[in-house]
Amino acid sequence: MEHDLVLELPSDVRSIEHAVEYVVRRCQTFEDHAHRLRLNFRVGLTEALSNAMLYGNDHDPSKRVRVEVTLTAGAIRARITDQGDGFDPCSIPDPTCPENLMKSGGRGVFLMRQLLDEVLYNEQGNEVTLVLRLNRALPGLEGGARA
Amino acid sequence: MGFQVSRSGGVTLVEVDGQLIVGNRQELKQKVLEHLEAGDRKYVIDFANTGYIDSSGLGVLVSLSKKIREQGGELRLSSLNEDLRTLFELTKLDTLFRITDTKEKALEGL
Repeated sequence: MEHDLVLELPSDVRSIEHAVEYVVRRCQTFEDHAHRLRLNFRVGLTEALSNAMLYGNDHDPSKRVRVEVTLTAGAIRARITDQGDGFDPCSIPDPTCPENLMKSGGRGVFLMRQLLDEVLYNEQGNEVTLVLRLNRALPGLEGGARA
Repeated sequence: MGFQVSRSGGVTLVEVDGQLIVGNRQELKQKVLEHLEAGDRKYVIDFANTGYIDSSGLGVLVSLSKKIREQGGELRLSSLNEDLRTLFELTKLDTLFRITDTKEKALEGL
C-alpha cells in the first residue's frame, strides 16, 4: 500500500511532540474533524510512539520507530512499528479498576483504545495500527471519545 | 513551553505551559519533588495554558499526588479544558484528584 506520509524516528521521546504535531498538521485537510484530530488522534499517536520507544525499543537509540500514515476520505490510518520483540496487548490490566487507579503507568494502550475507532496489533505485538474514522459521529463524549 | 513555579500564601503553584507528555514529565516531577524536599506541602498545578496530556503525564500526576499525600500534603488541579477533562474522565482520574475550574478556586481554603 502506498502511504501518504512516512516517518522514521529515533527512539528519543523528545522527538514525539514534533512528530505528532507534524502528522496532525498534514491531516488538517479534514477540518470538519478538527476536534477529533486534536484530541483523539493526537493523544492516540503520542501513546503509540511512546510505547514503541520506551517499551518496544527499550530506549535503545540505535533502534528506530517507523510511522506510516494513510489518508482517505473515510479514515486516517497510522501504522507504528518498532524494532523490539513485541508484547501481548491483552496482558495490560484495566487501569480504571480501583486496584490500579493509583498506579503511575498502564494507561497508554487503554487511552488508545478509548480514543481511536480501531487499534490493531500484529501477531508479534511490535506493530500497531490506529484507525480514526471520519465518516460517522461516534457516540459518547464530544469528539468521539467513548466513555 | 515549560513549567512556571511560584509560591504564595504557603501554596506552591505550578503552571504548565504547552504539553505534559513523556518528553517533559520528568522535569515537572523534579521541580515538585525539590519543593517537597524543601518542606512545601500544598500544591496547585494549573493547566490553563496546556494543550494536552498523555498517559505519562497523567502517571506523573498520580505519582506526585501519592508522594505529597505521604508527606501530609495536598495536590489540587485547576483549569482543565474540555479535552483534558475528557482524559481524566476516561481514566477515572477525576475521582482521584480535587479539580477546580480556576487556580483561584483551587487556592481557596488550601
